[in-house]
Amino acid sequence: MKFVFLLTACVSILSVALICVFLFANGLPAIFEIGVADFLLGRTWKPGNDIYGIFPMIIGSIYVTAGAVIIGVPLGILCAVFMARFCPAKLYKILKPAVSLLAGIPSIVYGFFGLVVIVPIVQDLFNVGGKGIFTASILLGIMILPTVIGVSESAIRAVPNSYYEGSLALGATHERSVFFTLLPAAKQGILAGVILGVGRAIGETMAVIMVAGNQATMPENIFSGVRTLTANIVMEMGYATDLHREALLGTGVVLFVFILIINLSFSALKRRKS
Amino acid sequence: MQAQNKSKWIQKIKSYRHQPLSAVLLLLVVVSAVITLSVLIALIAYILIKGIPNLSPELFEWNYTTENVSMMPAIINTLMITGLSLLFALPVGICSAIYLVEYAKRGNRLVSVVRVTTETLSGIPSIVYGLFGYLFFNIFLGWSYTILGGALTLAIMILPLIMRTTEEALIAVPDLYREGSFGLGAGKLRTVFRIVLPSAVPGILAGVILAVGRIVGETAALLYPAGTAAQVADGVMSSGRTLAVHMYALLNEGLYMEQAYATAVVLLVVVIGINALSGLIAKKVGVKD
Repeated sequence: MKFVFLLTACVSILSVALICVFLFANGLPAIFEIGVADFLLGRTWKPGNDIYGIFPMIIGSIYVTAGAVIIGVPLGILCAVFMARFCPAKLYKILKPAVSLLAGIPSIVYGFFGLVVIVPIVQDLFNVGGKGIFTASILLGIMILPTVIGVSESAIRAVPNSYYEGSLALGATHERSVFFTLLPAAKQGILAGVILGVGRAIGETMAVIMVAGNQATMPENIFSGVRTLTANIVMEMGYATDLHREALLGTGVVLFVFILIINLSFSALKRRKS
Repeated sequence: MQAQNKSKWIQKIKSYRHQPLSAVLLLLVVVSAVITLSVLIALIAYILIKGIPNLSPELFEWNYTTENVSMMPAIINTLMITGLSLLFALPVGICSAIYLVEYAKRGNRLVSVVRVTTETLSGIPSIVYGLFGYLFFNIFLGWSYTILGGALTLAIMILPLIMRTTEEALIAVPDLYREGSFGLGAGKLRTVFRIVLPSAVPGILAGVILAVGRIVGETAALLYPAGTAAQVADGVMSSGRTLAVHMYALLNEGLYMEQAYATAVVLLVVVIGINALSGLIAKKVGVKD
C-alpha cells in the first residue's frame, strides 16, 4: 500500500514533466523555424503575412506587470502592516475574510468590472480610449493585492516581538517601531510576496484581455493599448493553423520560461530565509 | 465613561502633533486598508446592483438559444466539470499527502522533489494549463473538445492546493492518536485510514471547497481543452462551457451585456458562498484544537 501512496506522490512530478515536454516540444520548433532573434525581438506581428515577432507582447506583459507592481505592492504592504499591527480585533474579523474573498473572485468577473467601471472612468478623466496599459495596471494591481497582503502579513507577524518592544523601549513611537524595525526584519518575506504577485500578474489572462486593448503594436504612452503574451494566445489560438498556431505555442513557451524564472527565484528566496 | 474615552482620544491625537512622521505613516496605513476594503465593496455592490434586475427566470431555462442565452446548461456543465476534477484530484492529492506526512522519512530526496514540483504547479498560470490540456488531450490523444479533457486539466491545476491543505490537516493530527492506535495493535494502514484521516476531514474539506472555488471561476484553462459549446454536454466526451466560460463568451460576442451582468451575479454569489463555507469550516477546526 505504501507503494500506491508513493506512486500518487509522483503524479505531481509527472504532471510538471508532461507540461514541460509538451510545451517545449510543440513550441520550440516554431521559434527556431522563425528564428530566435526574429521571434523574440521582431516588432511586427502579422500572421497573415507570416511575420511573427512577439516583442510588442513581451513589452506589453512587462509594462502591465510593472504597473500592477507600482499600484498593488505599496498598497498591499501598507494594508498588511495595518492588518498585522494596527487593526482592532473586531475589524480584523471583517478585513481578513474580505482579503480572501478578493483572492477568490474569478478573473473574468474582475475583467468585467474593469470593462464596465474602470475603463469609462479612465476615459472621462484623461480623455483617452480607456483600454490600455494604465487601466490594465490598475485592475492587475487590485488582483495581486490578496497575494501581496497574505504573504507580507505572515512575514511581519513572524518577526519576534522583542524587536518591536526593544524599539518602543528606546522611545520610538508605535508607527516608527513598526516601520523601521519590523518591516526591515520582514523584508525577505515581503519580497517573496511581491515575486508571487509578479507571477500572478504576468500570467493573468481573462481580466487583462478585457481592458488592455489588445493591439499587437509597440505602446507609445501609458494609455496606449497593448497586448500581453497571455492575451496573444487566447485571442488567436481558436482559429490559428500551421506556423501561426505554432508561433502561439512559442508565445506560451516564452510565458512559461518567464514563470519558471519567477518561481525559481521565489523558491530560492524561501530557502535562503529558512 | 464616554467623556473619559473622548479625552483619551483627543490626547492620543495631540501626541501625534510632535510626531509628524508617525502621523503620516498611520494615515498611509489606514488609507490603504480603507482602499482595499472599499474596492471589494464597490465591486460586489456594483455587480449586484446592476446584475440582480437582469436575473430572470428565462435565464435558467433548460435550453440555450440565441434568443434566450440561458445559463442553465453552463451551470450543469460546471457541476459536471467540478465533480470530475475532484474525482481525479481528491484521491491523488490525499494519497500523496498521506505519503508525504505518514510514510516518507525525514530528508527523503523524493519528498523535496515533490515539494518543488507542487510549488511549480501552483505557480503556473491557467492559460499555460489550458495550452497543455489542448496539446495533450486534443492533439496528442486526438480527442475533440471534451468535458473530460477540461476536468483533467483542472485536476492537475487544483492538485497542489488539495495536497497542501491535506498535508497541513494531517500534520495537525496529534501524534498521541497514532501512538494510541499502534498501542492497541492496529497496523500502519489501519491507523492512517481509521484514526488519522477521519480527524483530518474538516481541514481537508476546507481545502476542497477552496478548490471548487477555483474550478468555478476558471476560464483560461478550460477554453481550449473543453471548448465553448453552449448546450448541456451529452457526456464526458463532448464539449461544454462552464459558467465562467459562458460569461467570457457572452462578453466576447458583445450582444448580451445584461445577461453577462446576470451571470456575474451568479458567479459572485457562488464564490462568496464558497468562501464563507470554507471560512466557517476552518473556524470550526480552530475551535476544536
